[in-house]
Amino acid sequence: MFGSELITNSVENTKQSGPAIVPFITAGYPDKDSFLDLITALAKTADVIEIGVPFSDPMADGVTIQRSSHAAIESGVTLKWILEELKTLNTKTPIVLMSYLNPLYVYGYDQLVEASLEAGIDGFIIPDLPIEEGEEIREVFNKAKLAMIQLVTPATPENRINTIAKHSTGFLYAVTVKGVTGGNEGLSKEVVGYLETVKASSNIPVCAGFGVRSKADVELLEPYVDGIIIGSALVEAIEQKITATDFLNTLRA
Amino acid sequence: MDEKNKQLLTQLLSGELPDEHGRFGEFGGQYAPETLMPALKNLDKKVKTLLNDSAFQQDLSEELNQWAGRPTGLTYAKKLTELWGVKVYLKREDLTHTGAHKINNALGQALIAKQLNAKRVVAETGAGQHGVASAAACARVGIPCVVYMGAVDIERQAPNVDRMRQLGAEVVPVTAGDQTLRAAVDEAFRDWVSNPDDTYYILGSVVGPHPYPYMVRELQSIIGKEAKDQIIKATNGLPDAVFACVGGGSNAIGIFHAFLGDESVELIGIEAGGRSQKLGDNAATLASGKPGILHGTYSMLLHDEDGLVQETHSVSAGLDYPGVGPEHAFLQSIGRVTYTSAEDDEALEEVRACCSMEGILPALESAHAFVGAKKWAEGNQGKTIIIGLSGRGDKDMPTLSKVLKI
Ligand SMILES: Cc1ncc(COP(=O)(O)O)c(C=O)c1O
Repeated sequence: MFGSELITNSVENTKQSGPAIVPFITAGYPDKDSFLDLITALAKTADVIEIGVPFSDPMADGVTIQRSSHAAIESGVTLKWILEELKTLNTKTPIVLMSYLNPLYVYGYDQLVEASLEAGIDGFIIPDLPIEEGEEIREVFNKAKLAMIQLVTPATPENRINTIAKHSTGFLYAVTVKGVTGGNEGLSKEVVGYLETVKASSNIPVCAGFGVRSKADVELLEPYVDGIIIGSALVEAIEQKITATDFLNTLRA
Repeated sequence: MDEKNKQLLTQLLSGELPDEHGRFGEFGGQYAPETLMPALKNLDKKVKTLLNDSAFQQDLSEELNQWAGRPTGLTYAKKLTELWGVKVYLKREDLTHTGAHKINNALGQALIAKQLNAKRVVAETGAGQHGVASAAACARVGIPCVVYMGAVDIERQAPNVDRMRQLGAEVVPVTAGDQTLRAAVDEAFRDWVSNPDDTYYILGSVVGPHPYPYMVRELQSIIGKEAKDQIIKATNGLPDAVFACVGGGSNAIGIFHAFLGDESVELIGIEAGGRSQKLGDNAATLASGKPGILHGTYSMLLHDEDGLVQETHSVSAGLDYPGVGPEHAFLQSIGRVTYTSAEDDEALEEVRACCSMEGILPALESAHAFVGAKKWAEGNQGKTIIIGLSGRGDKDMPTLSKVLKI
């Protein structure tokens, strides 16, 4: 099993009890040498691993991922480098690349599929590719059984949530806030109604992310979704030399 | 132009392009984060209604006339004419309220923001002209305004920072990324993504996701409409060529549009050639870029083989941008408009010439258009041209005193 099927399966059959845990890291940050070790460590607890491809203009990201992306680019991390590195990794935990569209477009979609299959990548999240613009790339990914994980947000009207859910494969990404990644205001209870709508619209698992920082956030989201994505908070923990596994364990009930 | 390209131009002129997906041929589109999609769709609908609504058009036209100072003049540049050997006319956007063409767009969008019941407005700015125009228009219309500006630009366009604050805008320095226009656009988008319901983003050029390139072009096309009437009155005919500088491309598309259907009129856009032709040393996107996606649109872009957007350099903050409007990429691809570039030194030289010969201090951006016109004149003696003088150069005094040691 691989690709979208593996992602769905991993979210539905979690390694530990509770929601699926989907950590996000920026590739090659804080340094290129520890990249594969970090993923290997994450793979012990994570149900899906999300790897950020650093981009020069991360317009949907807050300060933390801006900082990690910038540093990674400075040290020479590119999509090519990531694909090469991942080839040498052997893990059963599904891997998803989160990338703005331009690096993928420049790489070429057909070449990308080929390299992704070699590198053991199971799917993609593309934050600046709404469903309207994604037809071509979805078709290429679908043919190769790679997941194209679509995002919905609290700004998305209900009928549009339905449409997006139909186009998503692997899981559906429910952004918890109207905003960029990071956020340190804590999640509000208002998110519950929205998540119920998303869950009801989707035939595949729903994972919630953006602004998840604490055990309280996880407890708030847990009853309504199948998995939880932790990005900026994890990147910050790694910056503070807290091991990824320790940090993820603090979020569990 | 071959038949196929002629047909594409006809489609553009008839309004079939941009199509419903915001495409000018292959360029354009709507590559925005999902959070903004409902707001963009709503804006698209509103723009189509308002721009065809006679009451709105009358409002806009009254404000342009009695507040913004339109129509602007077309000045016969006597001494440049003698020097270059072509008849030179200047379309004087420097004479508008706040001193650049940017006001045409900012005012129009502020009125649209009002119709959308926006509670606040955000804008980005490079040279500060769009920031000042947005601050003024928002004050006039009565909506609070936040302007994002790169830290590098805050320094080199200092006079405009004070003007924005005086007009009641909050100016937020952007220290991320390259600290110029592109980083300011990134930051304005982040603000909008965080406040999609009550905030309106007044984007300052013909870039960004649909409907911005279309809307901003419509609001700027008044420049060319006026210029066409004026040149016909002045010379009994059409010009042989029209020149405009191209950053994002709004003043250029604004002056070109009325002439696109006139085959005899050559249209030439001039980008920032910066220090040299090396990647990173200029902002000549159409001349040396490759197709790519930035700030919500598919257009020409200065980026490397990994798809990372490159830093740019230009002495003029308003042209210091790695992307360009999708309609320009389209016009280049069908061969209707030619794009060249002018280097920093050449532009500075034309600032000096225009000051001493015509008594007009042009913006550094606009001076790039003069460079292109002067070169063209060498092989086209006796012809008639219009240069889009997109703005005045008062804002450039810190740069001019440093570089020209005035
Ligand atoms: C006077 C002036 N001209 C030209 C420009 C470039 O913008 P555009 O290419 O959108 O006209 C600017 C931008 O700030 C400007 O201030």
